Amino acid sequence: MNLFAQSAHELLDQIRSRAISPEDIDDSVRGRIAAVDGRIKAYVRLRDREKNSASLQGNGSFKVPIAIKDNICVKGEETTCSSKILQGFKPPYSATVISKLQEKGAIVIGQTNMDEFAFGSSTENSAFGPSRNPWNTDCVPGGSSGGSAAAVAAHEAIWALGSDTGGSIRQPASFCGIVGLKPTYGRVSRYGLIAFASSLDQIGPLTKDVTDCALLLNLIAGHDEMDSTSANVAVPDYTQFLTNDVKGLKIGIPKEYFIEGLDAPVRQAVNEAVEEFKKAGATVKEVSLPHTEYAVATYYIVATAEASSNLARFDGIQYGLREQPKTVRKTPIIDLYEETRDRGFGWEAKRRIMLGTYSLSSGYYDAYYLRGQKVRTLIKQDFDEAFQEFDTVLTPTSPTTAFRIGEKAADPLSMYLSDIYTISANLAGIPAISIPCGFSRERLPIGLQLLAKPFAEDMLLRLAFAYEQRTPWHKESVPL
Amino acid sequence: MNDAQELETVIGLEVHLQLNTESKIFCGCANRFGQEPNSLTCPVCLGLPGSLPVLNQKALLYAIRIAVALNAQVQPFVKFDRKNYYYPDLPKGYQISQYDLPIAFAGFIMISSEGKPKRIGIKRAHLEEDAGKLIHDASANCSLVDYNRTGTPLMEIVSEPDIRSPQEAYDYLTTLKLTLQYLHVSDCDMEKGSLRCDANISVRKKADSTLGKKTEIKNLNSFKAVKNALEFEADRHRTQLLSGDRIIQETRLWNDEKQSTVPMRSKEEAHDYRYFPEPDLVPLTLSEEAIEEIRRVMPELPAAKWERFRQQYSLSEYDAKILIQQPSIADFFEACTHLSKEIKKICNWIIGPVAAELNARKVGIEVLNLTPIHLVDLIKEVETGAISHLAGKDVLKMMLDTGKAPATIIEEEGLAQVSNSDELEKIVSAVFNENSKVVAQIKEGKETAMGFLVGQAMKQAQGKANPKMLAEIIKRRITDA
Repeated sequence: MNLFAQSAHELLDQIRSRAISPEDIDDSVRGRIAAVDGRIKAYVRLRDREKNSASLQGNGSFKVPIAIKDNICVKGEETTCSSKILQGFKPPYSATVISKLQEKGAIVIGQTNMDEFAFGSSTENSAFGPSRNPWNTDCVPGGSSGGSAAAVAAHEAIWALGSDTGGSIRQPASFCGIVGLKPTYGRVSRYGLIAFASSLDQIGPLTKDVTDCALLLNLIAGHDEMDSTSANVAVPDYTQFLTNDVKGLKIGIPKEYFIEGLDAPVRQAVNEAVEEFKKAGATVKEVSLPHTEYAVATYYIVATAEASSNLARFDGIQYGLREQPKTVRKTPIIDLYEETRDRGFGWEAKRRIMLGTYSLSSGYYDAYYLRGQKVRTLIKQDFDEAFQEFDTVLTPTSPTTAFRIGEKAADPLSMYLSDIYTISANLAGIPAISIPCGFSRERLPIGLQLLAKPFAEDMLLRLAFAYEQRTPWHKESVPL
Repeated sequence: MNDAQELETVIGLEVHLQLNTESKIFCGCANRFGQEPNSLTCPVCLGLPGSLPVLNQKALLYAIRIAVALNAQVQPFVKFDRKNYYYPDLPKGYQISQYDLPIAFAGFIMISSEGKPKRIGIKRAHLEEDAGKLIHDASANCSLVDYNRTGTPLMEIVSEPDIRSPQEAYDYLTTLKLTLQYLHVSDCDMEKGSLRCDANISVRKKADSTLGKKTEIKNLNSFKAVKNALEFEADRHRTQLLSGDRIIQETRLWNDEKQSTVPMRSKEEAHDYRYFPEPDLVPLTLSEEAIEEIRRVMPELPAAKWERFRQQYSLSEYDAKILIQQPSIADFFEACTHLSKEIKKICNWIIGPVAAELNARKVGIEVLNLTPIHLVDLIKEVETGAISHLAGKDVLKMMLDTGKAPATIIEEEGLAQVSNSDELEKIVSAVFNENSKVVAQIKEGKETAMGFLVGQAMKQAQGKANPKMLAEIIKRRITDA
């Protein structure tokens, strides 16, 4: 089998046995990128091998190529959140996750396309144009970490990092037929992740299988004194939970998730997955998460409010794009702000900045932002209660499989509903994983989501691994 | 409204205080004034994308100390909020501040205004980050930003509208500054911008229970400017009200050269700051014990020190007040009292010659070459008559210049007084011989000429004669003769 098509743990075994070298893998993956990325457009920037020489020559034991979402700072590399407004911005520092990975020898092979500032579920909102789904290049790869998901699915990277604010790792993982984990809020340092919504963002792995997911989480998790929202909670070796034993575990199926709008093939695949868990010895019962219906509305208030503030720094003063109109309209400085932001941000970014600015405005704050935070607490309490009884809650990752490019681009509301099942985990701060659980008739992948209580990534990986052992989905190959 | 007598001025002050922590409030950069522009910066204080703030615990400690000194309640739930606005000196597009839960609230300080004690309420004091500094380069037709100041810990202290005159505002600021100096949390230097002040003023009928329309005055660069600006505004308000005009609620800028204020922006143009809780900083809860511990190790505050100095050292109200005006002087005084029991002499020397030298040199006592033991030794030299009081002041100057011990300077400069009676007798004999006429006149009753003889003798002794002994010898000789 081609090296590029293998999982990280398979490749690492071969490096350890000296059957192959890290350079062999790098060659193989770069060859694959050259062959297929013209069709997929997963990457916005590739990073030369020379720049990875420190990793390649060091003592790290994880010398496989990793793709990085374009919102995670890599020192000296242009990092733009796939936005025009950050063009030319080369951070003088690396995100904590990048430093951690590089210490372990990881090869940062390139930066992947995304919805601008992670605003979207299709990767169409990118200043670089859309990425494509490797299973059907007429379809979106999902988003916002669509470039990372497509890169892994198309074997253009061995594994990848994405970020997840409302489903941006899990939904593209689902659309691309790979594994995507959003860790507990605070499990992974956000230092160096260009913020979308600070209280919701988490960096997480996108991988070909569950074992790789556990390995990559091992590498990036842990407290960081540069991020006071990162949790000082010990990091176990997550691979020890890949036991293939789920006997006696209790799975809750939230009735509020199996509603109108859920595509029949997705419903069927998820139901079959439930049967699989039963066969493996887990007990399954219905559970209620009564505030589910408010999740999307709550999310779009909280997330846009934080985003409107987080994006204020892109003002054309210190870095990135700067535009000054030819003639003075208001004052030179206000003109500079307006022109820079008008030309620098895409439509979805502008829409969210306006929504967020509105809900924080004097006179509206109580009705929107404050109310949103209160509902958020209720949503969290739903999960707290569910996890008193259940080890996990099982849902579809997205109500549909990958949709066609352009299909929802003109209809933001229907696009927002693509994240209807993933948003709650971010609002509640809990971990959630998406794993492949089948295909539609059109051979588009379907994803299954598992959620657990805070810092119970071990439980998610244990369940996901057991399911993966019993099913063939992760071994299916893309038609490229 | 038509009677000026029925009007009353209402003033509230906002003081911004830079805290002198080693590092900035949310990053590890050094917190220092007067360095090469943009040399004290990092991704965090530059607000680079992806960077995150981490609270400096020292800044929080200082803030709590201030809260305690202002007799305020300490807010045990510490959280920060974002204040959103655009300005080129604000690299994140928002300032991390505290909105609805300031670290300190409901405090007060006692001031003395025109001899009477008065309580001025402190509405709130909160912790926040300072912005950078814009430098307008007119010659290059551009503006430059220095981010060194960005992230300097700031405490904003907001008084209640309890102040009733510009003079009271001045007295409040003086007392507040002194209190803050005693906490060692800030340089409190208006020239360096480590203490800044904005003033709110309105005028109303004395009988009114609600406040009149206020104006906020900015660009106040000294306490004097605060007082002058408030006097100007109080007059302006009164004139307008008496003539039946309305006051517009607005922010005005003080022009120190013209000694007047000009409008800056009206209420309609005021920002909507869209405050919301800062999601990048986790709120923390202070325990009762932690606050109590800070209370326990609080430095002595000026009012307490004043009281104690009067009691413990039997100083007059005035002397004690002068000594406590600068914490370093008060400390110096106390150090001296451990070395000598001549309390009154020490006090006089410090508030006299030493203070005069400090003023002349425009420095604080802590930067001078003066140690308590040297000052006490100097006082001893003067008291024993080894040198004259006048020479003592010269010796003090030289001590400050060189850091040498007084005995060394007296020796090197040959300033020791002639207190040897044989020697003095010889000098007097010579003067009597040279001035026999004058001696005769004195004997005839012209006693005022005595001074002439003393002067002549002192001249012969090159000023080093012990003046007391000299006078005694001359008097005896005339009587004896």
